[in-house]
Amino acid sequence: MTTSDATTADEPLQPGDVIKRHRLSTRIWHWLNALTLLVLLMSGLMIFNAHPRLYWGEYGANADPAWLVIDDAGDTGFVEFAGTRLETTGVFGIWNDAEGEVRRRAFPYWITIPSNYDLQAGRRWHLSFAWILSLALAFYMIRSLWNGHVKNDLHIRKTEWSPRHIWHDIKEHARLRLPTGAAARNYNILQKISYIGVIFVLLPLMILTGLTMSPAMDAAWPWLLDIFGGRQSARSIHFICAFALVAFFFVHIVMVVLAGPINEIRSMITGKYKLPGKVETELTEGEGVRP
Amino acid sequence: MTDGNIIMPRRRFLTGAALGGGGLLLSGCDMLTENEGFRSVLRSGEALNKTAQRLISDRSALAREFSESDISPTFKPNGSISGATPEYSAHVADRFANWQLKVDGMVVRPLSLNLEQLMAMPSREQITRHDCVEGWSAIGKWRGTPLGMLLKQAGLSTKARYVVFHCADSFNADPYYESIDLIDAFHPQTILAWSMNGGLLPERHGAPLRLRVERQLGYKHAKYVMRVEATDDLKKFYGGNGGYWEDAVDYDWYAGI
Repeated sequence: MTTSDATTADEPLQPGDVIKRHRLSTRIWHWLNALTLLVLLMSGLMIFNAHPRLYWGEYGANADPAWLVIDDAGDTGFVEFAGTRLETTGVFGIWNDAEGEVRRRAFPYWITIPSNYDLQAGRRWHLSFAWILSLALAFYMIRSLWNGHVKNDLHIRKTEWSPRHIWHDIKEHARLRLPTGAAARNYNILQKISYIGVIFVLLPLMILTGLTMSPAMDAAWPWLLDIFGGRQSARSIHFICAFALVAFFFVHIVMVVLAGPINEIRSMITGKYKLPGKVETELTEGEGVRP
Repeated sequence: MTDGNIIMPRRRFLTGAALGGGGLLLSGCDMLTENEGFRSVLRSGEALNKTAQRLISDRSALAREFSESDISPTFKPNGSISGATPEYSAHVADRFANWQLKVDGMVVRPLSLNLEQLMAMPSREQITRHDCVEGWSAIGKWRGTPLGMLLKQAGLSTKARYVVFHCADSFNADPYYESIDLIDAFHPQTILAWSMNGGLLPERHGAPLRLRVERQLGYKHAKYVMRVEATDDLKKFYGGNGGYWEDAVDYDWYAGI
């Protein structure tokens, strides 16, 4: 048997060693979040379809200047960003639904919940799953501070902040040379920045900008309007952060695939992670490799 | 074994699984949306939102009031842009000279007030943001009669729990109506507005009288208000859900978010 718990091992960690990687709280939160965020994104796009224009400031409606518009003109669908139009016929603005019917809505049926236009159903999904997101995030934050996840795994140490170290990590990632062996045991600086960014910046921003869109919340917590510069600004930031999360998702998936999808996904289910890299001895080969 | 040999099939498998999973998720979500049991689970989110928002906010916490310079250059008219009844057309024709607001239902002294009488009463002016459920916002200046004052004048029964607004507009021949509870009815910013942006309330914005209930979404702000009725039970009215959109497309009755 290879070393199963790094903390009790005397010998240095080798590629092929199976270690405990993710805590139960991390694993549960990860999968719950994956589902919750997917539902929130898709139901959010349904809500966006009700008024596919984004503004800055306190107010904004059809007659006001919008920095992002998804609409149709005649037979053309388009996305207009800061005054520049990009034709998106068939995907955004105008598209055919599953039955082949022409629909004139911003986001297509295959990416919204529900798939037919239904603002109220979209809101129900969105506002219910927002509770799951918020409560789970609050629980996970507290748990992670409590169990040392933040201090031991996410905390960026002084040496890691050096520009040389960060630049080195960026170059290694760009060459798709991912850490192996003992070096793969801990998160690298880019991972830490991404995870901290998601947990402590993007997700809280999503929740707070979401709350700022609520007229009752604005009365209860008027400071929400001050920090985001108005309800329409908050709506824009909500949308931008949502797409930052989508970008995180795609990079995350690419990294999982590059780092060995079976090992990575298994580690997020069982918590056990095989340190990547070339296995050198006969003894360790074949151990802990089977998914 | 080497990862190189199996990574492609794995990738293909993952792509296929993701696409298939996505399709499954979509149709699954659509099925759940149609399912009455699941809908009621999602609907419990509305009760949760109402309870939570009422818990953290003061009963009379005010919606932000803005300055003249913040007013939207164009205030988007939405929903109905005119009343639908022959009586309403007659009122428009004689500039609401014979129009009267009724305040009745569970009150001791039912009221009947014409526009002049309403405008002669103490009024409140507020520059507030109107938030549509669709996502847009517009800022306008409103002046009107505080609803709480009218209810006190009419002598609201202790049994009353809601206030229903009967309107002159309609959708597909169904009359528009809305309702709020007494917390919002007696909120200082809840007014029956007869003036907008300094002039009389325009027809497209609900002349002669519209509700402003500033801590809720636009569809609660009933336009073309003809009658205010105090009640103990919303089930007695139309579809029983407390408002036109609530009956027609299942909108949340509590629209604070």
